[in-house]
Amino acid sequence: MTTAGTVTGKSYDQVFCGLGEPLDLKRAQVEASRCFYCYDAPCIEACPTGIDIPSFIRKIGNGNVRGAALDILGSNILGGTCARACPVETLCQQACVREASEEKPVEIGLLQRYATDEFFKSGEKPFRQAKSTGKSVAVIGAGPAGLSAAHRLALLGNSVTIFEAKEKAGGLNEYGLAPYKMTDDFAQKEVAFVMSVGGIKIEHGKALGLDLKITDLTSKFDAVFLGVGLGAVNRLGIPGEAAEGVLDAAKFIEKIRQVKDLAKIPVARNVVVIGGGNTAVDIAIQMKKLGAEFVTIAYRRGVEQMGATHHEQELAQTHGVLIKTFVKPVGIVSANGKATGIELEYTALDGAGKLVGTGTKFTLPAEQIFKAIGQTLDSENLVASAPDLKFQGGKVSVNADFSTNLAKVFAGGDCTGVGEDLTVTAVQQGKLAAEAIHVKLGGSLESLPNAVLGRGN
Amino acid sequence: MADLTCKIAGVKSPNPFWLASAPPTDKKYNVERAFKAGWGGVVWKTLGEDPHVVNVSSRYGGVDLNGNRMMGLNNIELITDRPLEVNLREITEVKREWPERAMIVSLMVPCEEESWKKILKRVDQTGADGIELNFGCPHGMSERGMGAAVGQVPEYVEMVTRWCKQNTRMPVFVKLTPNITDVRIPARVAKAGGADAVSLINTINSIVSIDLDAMAPTPVVGGKGTHGGYCGPAVKPIALNMVAEISRDPLTRGLPISGIGGIGNWRDAAEFISLGCGSVQVCTAAMHYGFKIVSDMTDGLSNWMDSKGYKNLDAFMGRAVPNVKNWNELDLNFKTIAKIRQDECINCGLCYIACEDTSHQSISVTNRKYEVIEEECVGCNLCALICPVDCISMVPQETGMPYLPWTKHPNNPMRVS
Ligand SMILES: Cc1cc2nc3c(=O)[nH]c(=O)nc-3n(C[C@H](O)[C@H](O)[C@H](O)COP(=O)(O)OP(=O)(O)OC[C@H]3O[C@@H](n4cnc5c(N)ncnc54)[C@H](O)[C@@H]3O)c2cc1C
Ligand SMILES: Cc1cc2nc3c(=O)[nH]c(=O)nc-3n(C[C@H](O)[C@H](O)[C@H](O)COP(=O)(O)O)c2cc1C
Ligand code: SF4
Repeated sequence: MTTAGTVTGKSYDQVFCGLGEPLDLKRAQVEASRCFYCYDAPCIEACPTGIDIPSFIRKIGNGNVRGAALDILGSNILGGTCARACPVETLCQQACVREASEEKPVEIGLLQRYATDEFFKSGEKPFRQAKSTGKSVAVIGAGPAGLSAAHRLALLGNSVTIFEAKEKAGGLNEYGLAPYKMTDDFAQKEVAFVMSVGGIKIEHGKALGLDLKITDLTSKFDAVFLGVGLGAVNRLGIPGEAAEGVLDAAKFIEKIRQVKDLAKIPVARNVVVIGGGNTAVDIAIQMKKLGAEFVTIAYRRGVEQMGATHHEQELAQTHGVLIKTFVKPVGIVSANGKATGIELEYTALDGAGKLVGTGTKFTLPAEQIFKAIGQTLDSENLVASAPDLKFQGGKVSVNADFSTNLAKVFAGGDCTGVGEDLTVTAVQQGKLAAEAIHVKLGGSLESLPNAVLGRGN
Repeated sequence: MADLTCKIAGVKSPNPFWLASAPPTDKKYNVERAFKAGWGGVVWKTLGEDPHVVNVSSRYGGVDLNGNRMMGLNNIELITDRPLEVNLREITEVKREWPERAMIVSLMVPCEEESWKKILKRVDQTGADGIELNFGCPHGMSERGMGAAVGQVPEYVEMVTRWCKQNTRMPVFVKLTPNITDVRIPARVAKAGGADAVSLINTINSIVSIDLDAMAPTPVVGGKGTHGGYCGPAVKPIALNMVAEISRDPLTRGLPISGIGGIGNWRDAAEFISLGCGSVQVCTAAMHYGFKIVSDMTDGLSNWMDSKGYKNLDAFMGRAVPNVKNWNELDLNFKTIAKIRQDECINCGLCYIACEDTSHQSISVTNRKYEVIEEECVGCNLCALICPVDCISMVPQETGMPYLPWTKHPNNPMRVS
């Protein structure tokens, strides 16, 4: 492969320094003063975890940063990651009334980052496990959903054991989110903060289906929460897919996130990314930052249909990534088993609005081709572990309270069929499932309002 | 173009914008920069007897609002801390070099006729256009029996004013303190003592904040603080009321007024002039932004006057005074109702919650659409004041009812029919 990488001698954080400049106190207060403190604010409704946004912003403005941070963390224990990773332009900031009136919403994401960063600097651990309920819950997966569920369960007095297949906790916070969003080992710092509540144990290297069975867990624990995310990748289904250089974007990002020496990451001169979502944008930008010369995102529909937000598309473009729309891959060109290019066909919408190939094809040189066409549930293990577990559309089927068809078993996050596949949604689902579990086990939620403000139980 | 020339109590200046007696007028260097920038006149920083006073370090405290700096300023400075001789020499030089600008000299000496006679003689020789008696300084000097300590005793105000009138050729401006209950009293006695004009307001006694680490008032001076004088945008409403009270008082009507307090732009100035002021004085705004702001003040005022057809300051001076009434003269049959312009509404809900929680439950909400319940609206203006995008208007209603003041209202046991 032609290697174009030129990052030798630079640290991870130097290559992937944060993109959105964090605010300092002055700028945070000026920005906070832009919030109208709306009644029944639309931004709160737009936040999947329901953070009381005007309240925390007002607290920043009044110099009560601790209060602001606890408002955030009480609703969203991973508020720090969400401040970095949430597509705010389609969530809270989209709903801000200033967006409607002047197309310049309050910078809620940056303000949230300011409050949580400042608070974490203090080193305070405000949350404490409540008096023991005597119940114990198994949580599978230490991603956002699992961590959020575990934290809320512990806060309510339950004892929690997390079983995590990987060596580190954090799920895609550690292995998936773009490195430029998560500099300074933030994911691990945040995991430590979550664990500081007490009453949570993590067992690493324990994979459900391989090392554990749901049926064993349900007999040993009072309840089980599944937060296994999406482990498998969709196939392109085109000839030549097995060639060397055809890669899974999410897995490759995982490698980038974990590698000690970035110079060890192979970087091609010509890179093509297939897909139109955030993962496609993330891998494209990262390859560009690592030194790839020509990076093209090939997406089969138009920019409006892309899963990546407008902001992210722009970010890709300002990094020199070419976004080519209305093209679909039809074959991989390879020599000696190594990819050298990709054959694409132009697409168009037919009269009925259906996407069809036009028959016109062209080839782009590409020594690395990334598949970023969505993750799917790696259900093999799950089925092996619990043959009766019900699936829907390839994902774990859940009821409104995140219970599954199996008694005692709940699920949340990407592995379920509900909600968008976002960190913030996973956090909310883990939190709601935890509350449902607690109530099901005979507990009450009465102490929550004080507990989430770090006022003990 | 409107004529901005100003004449008050015999003092002329090319425009009505003067710098108030304060640090911006402390010395020749500043005053010349101010005149170059276009200020119509200055009231020189208050002079006192030698030996000159000494100031503390850490002198000002500010009040911010929602990230905006210094909507209020407080100071614990005293009068000039330079020798009298130096000030008098510089005043003479500046007046000689800028003859057409107003040069008023602010004075504060002990409450003895000899002291006043002595200083007046020397100020007379500078060629200054007038003097201003500083009866207002609320801190420091008042502890020594000067400033507000004089301004708060009507007999002293009248006495000192009279001494001055008898001992100088120059017009006498009496600068009033707002730290009293009824500002009309000192204005009346100033007039009785022969004052040519009053200037108001001086600063308001205040503690702007407590430093919660030092547990002391700000500005903190070595761990301690003291009350100071408050000024800036925050005091304008208080100043306007005091000016209006003097303007409409039959006993002082016609007494020239130099308006001071929170003036930061031409619009503020126009408001003071409409309440009867012949000139206006500015301190905080200049300290905040520098002397250049006078350019917007002069051409802003001139453009507004042109748009209204006012040819000179006299054309609108005091125009608002007849409309300042006592409450019991207001029409109780007047009715106004809030109207929300739906196409401009951003659905923030602030009008709703304000009316619902704290007023008259006159705004309804369905799916984030906010509507005024006209029968319930008392026309208090709250929603219109709150709306961040200003999409609520108060619409006066045609009631067909006659003028009905409280003095005639059936609910008034003391009504006159
Ligand atoms: C490349 C990429 C970039 C993304 N960028 C963003 C972004 O910028 N913003 C955003 O909001 N969202 C982003 N997402 C989506 C977001 O990361 C996910 O929605 C979120 O992490 C889902 O959380 P989860 O806990 O459900 O699953 P995961 O984060 O996937 O965590 C699942 C955990 O379970 C463990 N696990 C899996 N199987 C087993 C098993 N059998 N036994 C035990 N443990 C198991 C895994 O090791 C992992 O730790 C991105 C996703 C990808 C792939
Ligand atoms: C730092 C400072 C010093 C002042 N010194 C004097 C003074 O020596 N004599 C005086 O008559 N007024 C003094 N004042 C009051 C101002 O002249 C003016 O009356 C007051 O600040 C209100 O106007 P403003 O709101 O434009 O600042 C001082 C004000 C400040 C801020
Ligand atoms: S919508 Fe915007 S202005 Fe209103 S409360 Fe939320 S952040 Fe503040």
